This record gives sequence, C-alpha cells and structure tokens, in this order.
Amino acid sequence: MYLYIVAGLALVVSLAFSREKTIRSVKIAARRFIKIFPAFLIMITLVSVVLYLVPAMAVGALLGSVTYMPGFIAFPLAGILLQKGVAYMVIAAFSTTLMMVGVLTAPIEKAYFGLKVTIIRNVIGFFIALAVAVVMGFFFGEICQ
Amino acid sequence: MKRSTLSKILLIASYFIFIGVSWLMGFNPGQQIGQNFVVFFVDMLKILPGAFILIGLFEVWVKRETVERHLGEESGFRGYLWMILLGSTAVGGLYLAFPVAYTLYSKGARLSVIFTYLGAAAICRLPMTIFEASFLGIKFTAIRWLVSLPLVIITSILLGNYLTRRGYRVEAGK
Repeated sequence: MYLYIVAGLALVVSLAFSREKTIRSVKIAARRFIKIFPAFLIMITLVSVVLYLVPAMAVGALLGSVTYMPGFIAFPLAGILLQKGVAYMVIAAFSTTLMMVGVLTAPIEKAYFGLKVTIIRNVIGFFIALAVAVVMGFFFGEICQ
Repeated sequence: MKRSTLSKILLIASYFIFIGVSWLMGFNPGQQIGQNFVVFFVDMLKILPGAFILIGLFEVWVKRETVERHLGEESGFRGYLWMILLGSTAVGGLYLAFPVAYTLYSKGARLSVIFTYLGAAAICRLPMTIFEASFLGIKFTAIRWLVSLPLVIITSILLGNYLTRRGYRVEAGK
C-alpha cells in the first residue's frame, strides 16, 4: 500500500500547486491506463492458464502475489535445487532467465515497443543469463577444476 | 478494425466463454483457471491505478528539459546510473516497468537508457535481491549483479544505437 500513500501524497501536493495541472495528469493517467489495459488483460489470462498447468508455481505465486512472481517462485525453488546438489551454474541460468526473459509480459512489452524489439530484448536477456551462468561456474569451481 | 485486434477480442471472448461454461458445468480445470484469473486481476487492480496516477503526475509536472538533461543524448554515463537506481527500487514487476519506460522515453530519455532501466528493473529490484541472497548466499547475488549489470548496459547501448540508426520510434498501443 506504499504505492497509494505515495500516489495520494503526490496528488495532494500537486493539487495544492495547481488544480488544473492535477486534473490534466489524472486524465493522462486514465487515458494511458485504458490504452494499455487490453495488453494487461491478455497477460493475466496467460498467467492464469500457465499457473494451472504448472501447479508448483502456483503455490509460490499465490503467496507472493503476482507483483513478485518471478523472484518469489524462483528463489525458494532454487534453494531446494541447491540442497539437492544442483550446480550453481544451472541455478544462475534458471533464475536469471526467469527474471530477464518475460514470456508472460510479452503482450505488454509488444504493445509499447513492437514485436521485433520485444524479441531482440528477450533474446539478449537469455544470453546474459548464459553469461552469468558461465561466470558463476568459474567462481564456484564448477568449471576447470 | 485491424485483424490482430479482432483475433485478440476473439481470443479473450473465447477464454471467458470457456471459464463461464466451466463454472456452469462444474469443469474443474476451467474453474481453477478462472480463480487464478480473479486473483491476478485483483492484484493488478491494486497496483495499476496508483502507478498510472504517478505516471500522469510525472508527465504533467516534470519538464522535458530535466529528463533530457539527465537521461537524454547529453547525459553520458550518469543516465545509466540513474536508471539502475530507479530500476532497483521499482515497484511491481516488469509489467509496470514498460509504461514507466515509455513515459521516460516520451519525455526525451534516449533508447539505451530506457533499455537499461528495463534490464535493471528485471534483475536488480531490491526486495527480490534480498530474498535471493537469503536463499542462495551473498556471493551468488554479488556475482549475478556484477556480471549482468555491465552486460545490460552494454547490450542496451548496442541495441539503442542500432535502433536509433534504423530510425526506430516507440509508439505505444500500436
């Protein structure tokens, strides 16, 4: 609820300075919100189906709310994998990919940046995850022992 | 109406018909998917209006010159540092980073800077980082930050320059 405290305070301060500008910003907010809403709707439908198909994820996601979805599923799961003897490299690749490659957020990204940039950016994210994994392997002695 | 818009409407409509029929017929998978939808929809509604009000206020009150000076063509390396700071403290998930990035861009931030923001919002949000370090250790988190952040900045510069050369412009809601 911090968000609403901040947003509320900002609105009050704005109102104190200029009524006209405040009304204008609320109008802009509403227009922007309505414009992008279909993309959000598509994302939520995707999330709802994916979470049904992957029940293990649902536990983490419902606890942590969709706000923190990637992290709050990834890290407890990664912790378990680590205890089971899975290499740091693999865990790094898995968690970084989960953070950087947004399949579920793609409808929103596409609405703002277009399909091409969305694909390029996510492919880059995937390669960064691989790079992180390799370096992780060196530092934890999993490569070149 | 564009064909892509029409197919999106059809997709969403058939989704809701599926959920509706599932409830009427007691089809369990459909009911659960419907429940998931409601949970996330409510979650979104808790966050989005507040975030968009802040975006609106930013749009009206912050001068274009200010954004250009700190995040535009002349901002140099400082622009990236700002974005890492902003990205690491970002509220919500990546889905909120896109509208914020778009707002910054429309106010004069250059492309490489907003791609850095998106990358930073994805990989170094602080609540997530603390969570990560407690499960996987500080060494893991430190390596991940030190490797991924420079790569995010470098690839953002490359992608930004490439797209700028090609005359690419961000047009929301296309």
